[in-house]
Amino acid sequence: MDRHPPLEIAGKTIKNRFFLGTGKFGSKAEMMNCIKESEIEVVTVAMRRVDAEEDSENLLEYIPDDVILMVNTSGARNAEEAVRIARLAREAAGVEWIKIEVINDSKYLLPDNNETIEAVKVLASEGFTVFPYMLPDLYAARAMEKAGAAAIMPLGSLIGSGEGLKAKKFIEILIRETSLPVVVDAGIGRPSQAAEAMEMGAAAVLANTAVALANDPGNATLAFSLAVRAGRLAWLGKMAGPQKDAVASSPLTGFLFEE
Amino acid sequence: MTKKEIADFLKDTDKSRLEDLAAKAGKITAAQFGKVISLYAPIYLSNYCENNCVYCGFKASGGVRRKKLTLEQIESEMKIVSGSGIRNILLLTGESRKMSPVSYLKDAVNIAKKYFSSISLEVYPLETEEYAELYRAGVDGVTVYQETYDRKRYDGLHLSGKKKDYDYRYNTPERIALAGIRTISMGVLAGLADLHKDLFSLFAHLEYMEKNYPGVEYSVSFPRLIIEPGDVTDYRKITDVDLVKCIILTRLKFPRVGINLSTREQAPLRDHALAFGVTRISAASNTSVGGYVDGVQDDPQFRVKDLRSLKEIERVLRSKGFDPVYTDWRRIDNTPV
Repeated sequence: MDRHPPLEIAGKTIKNRFFLGTGKFGSKAEMMNCIKESEIEVVTVAMRRVDAEEDSENLLEYIPDDVILMVNTSGARNAEEAVRIARLAREAAGVEWIKIEVINDSKYLLPDNNETIEAVKVLASEGFTVFPYMLPDLYAARAMEKAGAAAIMPLGSLIGSGEGLKAKKFIEILIRETSLPVVVDAGIGRPSQAAEAMEMGAAAVLANTAVALANDPGNATLAFSLAVRAGRLAWLGKMAGPQKDAVASSPLTGFLFEE
Repeated sequence: MTKKEIADFLKDTDKSRLEDLAAKAGKITAAQFGKVISLYAPIYLSNYCENNCVYCGFKASGGVRRKKLTLEQIESEMKIVSGSGIRNILLLTGESRKMSPVSYLKDAVNIAKKYFSSISLEVYPLETEEYAELYRAGVDGVTVYQETYDRKRYDGLHLSGKKKDYDYRYNTPERIALAGIRTISMGVLAGLADLHKDLFSLFAHLEYMEKNYPGVEYSVSFPRLIIEPGDVTDYRKITDVDLVKCIILTRLKFPRVGINLSTREQAPLRDHALAFGVTRISAASNTSVGGYVDGVQDDPQFRVKDLRSLKEIERVLRSKGFDPVYTDWRRIDNTPV
């Protein structure tokens, strides 16, 4: 069935390239069903939402054991806070995959690339598998790659906006110029936008709001999973032999060869 | 929205426009915060107060029985509240630096760390360095209301005490932000003065804070003044419609700002307000000093009108499609590197 090779990151093999964010759901049980029904393999959870106690209110109780847990550092305002939250995630939940989120602007929730680079340096050196959430900037991406990031997570548009790939051109440049997997995160509001990201060569797509606020989150999750898969196949298909538009004649230089 | 549009909307009696804007506000709230509501509870540590605020039950000249919890009593209150499931705690005192000094607040915070994942304070305004000390001790949030932004009215309502200094209070959110505190809650006591002027001024204050301290998470509250029979102080009656409009306008103007609604409001209004803007509610609150242990609400700062248990509120939230969130911050070490 699987015509495309899985994504491999830090020794893990990921077939479903649609990653799901777990915030914003009206019910944790509903979130769990989305994960199970669509065979989601990677989820992000905000450490700030993880209860210290293991009871029925604990978000982690609703994440199936075989799912890869990526804890995000939501609430961190600088590199040091992101590092502290990541260490807490390791101590309290044994989590090694960290989505570094450093946001020092509560109005737009834009990530601070400079601080994020610093956090990547520290956490990668401590052996974490790090996924920096970033504004798609080539210099920052290169620095994150050099600092040991496992992948980069550029935003498609403002978080929660559903505006899709507003930053398309810049994400394309990251895909072309870095050798890291690019996971498009934030702002993806429709499955077609997720497919578009995959068609241009993204390694995976992460969404949360679009699914959690859907009238039927289960179907929405499946739609995103399928769109991401379709987009991936389209990308691979193009690699095998993209067709350039046919050019019928040479209006500018043809005269040189006229008999 | 422009200033004029806001003023017009506050006066507007058009029900369908109200409904339209409520729907718009609801959409923004869902997109920004999701279908989740954060829960918190207050613990009153002391009701000693050196101010004389005409409208307040804790005023220095008032007849309220003064109480201040010992550290053992504080721990007993915390055991009860955390036992119910609450993880975000708001610690309150009256405004007496003498009776509840920073050292006392710090002791309370150190006990709270054992029971709660996030700690906020609502106490008298402090100096930046004092806020920094409390931040390092584990405080994540501070609440301070200007009460009213009408200077003249402010002066007339705050008869004596440190609170009489309007500017010192106005500059408090800035001192809190400078100290590194993560969340700041601002607001007006609706009913003290002209609502639309207070709302404009609150918005301007909030805009100033957002621009200058963008890393802080802000929230606002609109506690309504409870007017007692026989009051002669020229309070403005704030209707449910007024309060709902305040919530809607805040959401339209500040998509990312949290909106709190306490148990000072009745259950039906609280339940409905979730759908168009409110993001954080207190639950199963006792507003008396030592009230959780005593099991009574005597001499409270205000009367609790939503007396439902936490389980009952949880049930209502779920029935409305909201996930109740108890933990929305996990305290980390706040000491500078």
